[in-house]
Amino acid sequence: MRSGPSDNLQGAARRAAGALPPLLARAERLAATVVLGEHGRRRAGIGEEFWQYRQAIPGDAAGAIDWRRSGRSDTAFVRQTEWSAAQTVTLNVDPALSMDYPEHGESKRTRAAVLACALSLLLVRGGERVGLAAPDLPPGAGRGQVDRIAGLLSGMTPHEDYCVPAMPDGRRGLLVALSDFLAPDPLLMPALDALAAQGQRVVLLQITDESEETFPFDGRTEFRSMSGALSFEAERARALRDGYRAKLAARRDMLRARSRSAGWSFATHRVQEPASRALLWLHRVIEGERR
Amino acid sequence: MMSFGAIGFVTPALLAALLALPVLWWLLRATPPAPMRRAFPGISLLFGLKDTERTPARTPWWLLALRMAVLALAILGLAGPLLNPAPAPERADGPLLIVMDGGCASAPDWSARQGEVRQILDRADRAGRAVHLVSLSDAAPDLAPRAAADWAGVLDTMRPAGWAPDRAAFAARLDEMGDIGASIWISDGLGEADNLVEALSARGPVEVVLPEDVALALAPAMFEDGQLVTHILRAPGAPAQEVSVQVIGTDAAGIERVLDQVGQILAPGDEVTRVAIDLPLELRNRVSRLTLSAPYKSAGATVLTDDALQRRRIALVAGGRSGEAQSLTAPLHYLRTALQPVAELVEPPLAEVLDASPDIVMLADVANFSEEERSGLEDWVREGGLLVRFAGPRMAASATGQMVRDSLLPVRLREGGRSLGGAMSWGDPKRLRPFPQGTLFDGLDLPEDVDVVSQVMAQPDPDLADRTLVALEDGTPLVTARDEGRGRVILFHVTATPRWSSLPLSGLFLQMLDRIARVAQSGERGEAALEGAIWTPERVLDGMGEVTDADRIAGVAGARLAQAPGPDAPPGLYRAGVRGHAYNVMRDATALQRLDLPAGTATRGYTVRAERDLTGLFLSGAMLALMLDILATLALGGRLRPAARAGLGGLALLFVMGAQDVQAQNVDTQAVETQAVRDDPRAIYATSETVLAYVRTGDAEVDRISRAGLSGLSLVLARRTAIEPAEPVAVDIERDELAFYPMLYWPVTDAQAPPGPEAVARINTYLRTGGMILFDTRDTHLAVGAEGPGNAQLRRLAGQLDLPPLERIPPDHVMTRAFYLLDDFPGRYVGAPVWAEASFAPEDVDGVPFRNLNDGVSPVIIGGNDWASAWAVDDLGNFIRPVGRGVPGERQREMALRFGVNLVMYVMTGNYKSDQVHVPALLERLGQ
Repeated sequence: MRSGPSDNLQGAARRAAGALPPLLARAERLAATVVLGEHGRRRAGIGEEFWQYRQAIPGDAAGAIDWRRSGRSDTAFVRQTEWSAAQTVTLNVDPALSMDYPEHGESKRTRAAVLACALSLLLVRGGERVGLAAPDLPPGAGRGQVDRIAGLLSGMTPHEDYCVPAMPDGRRGLLVALSDFLAPDPLLMPALDALAAQGQRVVLLQITDESEETFPFDGRTEFRSMSGALSFEAERARALRDGYRAKLAARRDMLRARSRSAGWSFATHRVQEPASRALLWLHRVIEGERR
Repeated sequence: MMSFGAIGFVTPALLAALLALPVLWWLLRATPPAPMRRAFPGISLLFGLKDTERTPARTPWWLLALRMAVLALAILGLAGPLLNPAPAPERADGPLLIVMDGGCASAPDWSARQGEVRQILDRADRAGRAVHLVSLSDAAPDLAPRAAADWAGVLDTMRPAGWAPDRAAFAARLDEMGDIGASIWISDGLGEADNLVEALSARGPVEVVLPEDVALALAPAMFEDGQLVTHILRAPGAPAQEVSVQVIGTDAAGIERVLDQVGQILAPGDEVTRVAIDLPLELRNRVSRLTLSAPYKSAGATVLTDDALQRRRIALVAGGRSGEAQSLTAPLHYLRTALQPVAELVEPPLAEVLDASPDIVMLADVANFSEEERSGLEDWVREGGLLVRFAGPRMAASATGQMVRDSLLPVRLREGGRSLGGAMSWGDPKRLRPFPQGTLFDGLDLPEDVDVVSQVMAQPDPDLADRTLVALEDGTPLVTARDEGRGRVILFHVTATPRWSSLPLSGLFLQMLDRIARVAQSGERGEAALEGAIWTPERVLDGMGEVTDADRIAGVAGARLAQAPGPDAPPGLYRAGVRGHAYNVMRDATALQRLDLPAGTATRGYTVRAERDLTGLFLSGAMLALMLDILATLALGGRLRPAARAGLGGLALLFVMGAQDVQAQNVDTQAVETQAVRDDPRAIYATSETVLAYVRTGDAEVDRISRAGLSGLSLVLARRTAIEPAEPVAVDIERDELAFYPMLYWPVTDAQAPPGPEAVARINTYLRTGGMILFDTRDTHLAVGAEGPGNAQLRRLAGQLDLPPLERIPPDHVMTRAFYLLDDFPGRYVGAPVWAEASFAPEDVDGVPFRNLNDGVSPVIIGGNDWASAWAVDDLGNFIRPVGRGVPGERQREMALRFGVNLVMYVMTGNYKSDQVHVPALLERLGQ
């Protein structure tokens, strides 16, 4: 029995695969809730799939005429294929520690990973190319890409309290950012500015926990960030509730305003809500982006 | 030991820790309660929020006070607080000797004595002293010193002895003991000190503890003039006291109970107080002991009675044997019948009459004695015997006592006698003259219907008038008497049968014999009678005055019983052969002697306020406060959820309001809801077991008897039948659901209001769907003619109910044979008709009269025999109310119970038994 790197590799693979099947299974179950109907572009273009026969009009190249079809009638028909120019979607799942909340029950990170995988599945089935931003994964198509995405998402080891969405250098296409968007303003604002400046098309989904919206705390409480680096002591947590809620609403208003001005999409999602709702919204928005 | 007012501390040094409390105050104030740590991503949004109060937190003052209280309580508790601490013993070296009298005079306040000794032991325990604990009444006391704590168990099991303490013996044994530091004598304050104080003083300081009230005693009982007489004995200088003397004996059922109780107020200084108790003869014969009731109960205040107070033994001797076959004319029949209830009768031949040691000898028409018989009887009468003679043909024919006075006759007799009112005589039968004042029969009612047809006549001697107890209208003596020595001879000048007069048929005869039986003195039982036999204790008295069976106590020589009781001869009932002897603590009616202590002896009473160790109280208080502190801290830190907070608040509110207010509040809330809640357990109980139910009338006594009655019936049912009912329940006819109960017992009282419309509807439903109500008007004994007073009440109560036509329960009703075969349905009373639903016309099936009742049970049974009283038993299973008298009464109760069994069987099985009449016919057909 040889020991060494190969053992470690196998062990790491097993560990990675341990989380993978549940994530994928869940993502597949979730993706199944979205019925695609017909897939494809539903318009003629360059592709391999047959789209429709169309009466030849003047100006069509003779080579474009489908003789077999035209032979059955008096007019000439042109065989059109469906337009299947694939789009590139880059998923940005927030790798920050803040996503590991709440500690009990389903965390925001899990929800985001599930959504990302399910979305990848849907997109791959639709023939799109999917990639990851934060652990950088070049876009790719096919079921294998989904497995890779799932593997990367379940193997994330976060270090920082807050991260911001960003597009890997030189990549274009649609950026889907799944995050809680709770990073401090000095961190978040420049990132959003940069995305807007690059002219990226962005879909923002803010995933929060219920307690982050309602702030159900009371008493003398020392709030700390997930890493413990930041702390804030409240004499009576109840007294902070209104201020906190106002700030959260302001943050959401800001995100919504920026999305509107930049032509992006923005929605919020609670961990306590069913994931299918968010997935449906994401799917619809991406479909719309493609049109 | 250090004490502040009523509280002292065992280890006061620990109290110094209280000085640390201010430091704690300062520390606690400086450190606020630790905040709760909470990881929260939204913290980024919190930055910049304005803090409403950002001052450094301080513990609230009330929490501080609570914590200080916890610490203070803990410190105080550990310092060993004592309530009412006793002063420290003067000398703390050498073992402590505790001497208890432990005799019967210690019994009334025995627990106080134990408490006193317990305190002394506690003190000695704290001081670490060894202790001797000695009871002077103990024959072989344990003289070795032991640790004080070891004696506590011994002390709990110590009981007062039934005799006086032997102080002299212990004073003599004192030398056997080792070093004694000090001694305490818990005395009963009576009797001779016997130099005990001197002997103890020689070994160390002595303290004598005297009781506030010394014990009382009761002198042996005797009979004087038909009254039971005893004396209450006290020591000199006794205060005014109120006591009551209880006469205890067996009742008709053989159960020991208090037959009579006589209160007596004792004036200050009275030392010997005579108490005379009048008792009917039947009760007197059953007296087993007299005792002073609590708090004076003790062996000394208990007097056992023996044969001397028991039934008189009467020897009956008839002169001839001729008429024995015809009982109503037998010479002794009327005497026998009259005396049976009040005396023990023996009927020996004349020659052996004195061998039966009778108290009274009655001779019916005995004329001739042998010389030996005559002299024996003469001696016996002179010794105090009572000889009663009845005249008769033989006596009239004999010549006894005509010429010379017969020693066994009160007067001289004339030959022949006389007849009055016969066919051949002129005179009418004579009636009686009123009884002369001050004679034996004075005060008896004179009946009109007593007349005398024949009698023997007395010679008109000068002293005849003095000797006449009863005379006829014309002055001829009918009953004469003469005292002879200490005894007496009484002569009835007529027969003891109705042959010569109707006297034996009258009630007067009974009363006269009763009087005679009362005055008879008991035979002599002096000390001389005790000697020469070994007496075996049958029942012994313990120090508390309780009678216990004497097991494994050896017999005692008669001479020992002449002296005071002791460990070798406990007081009690002794028996040698047929003779019984009551061996009492008190020998005679002399005053008690107060304990005479040498001058200068240190005495004191009981410690008034008992020491109490408060350690547990303080420490549990500290614990409780600590719990409160936990809750308060949680509440302050926001760690209590709102629900929990509300719950705690409610809990605190409960504490404040107390359970009663809550109950009141509950009553105020919607009646329907509480009813539902109340009904639930009832319904479960009533449906999980067979339960008999009675209607609550509101009359506490009636309800109690109903409950006890159904309990008794349930007991009998469980014993005899397959029905095993659970405890009966009371039913409120206005509110409770009835459907669960197979039958309801409804005693009719005049205080009960008629049921309301809802209740009527419910009862009707109950009756229609198979329920049964037993109405009991309980008034048979008051009934005039057919109806008792309760019937009007019954009509008032049941007028609105849907009752079928009724009939008297016919003899072939299934009720008469549901389990037992019954002829009537007695309860406490008997004879009133019992009503049930009228049956249809009887059909004649297979030659057996058979009633085809509509398959079921009569919805009501109505009667007035007060069944519940006959059934009623108390917690121990004894019957509460008397039924009838003697054996017939017991029979009637049994029948009442059988009625109850039949009733429940009838309710449970319907006309099943009625169907049984078909069985012979069915079997016959099967055979074919």
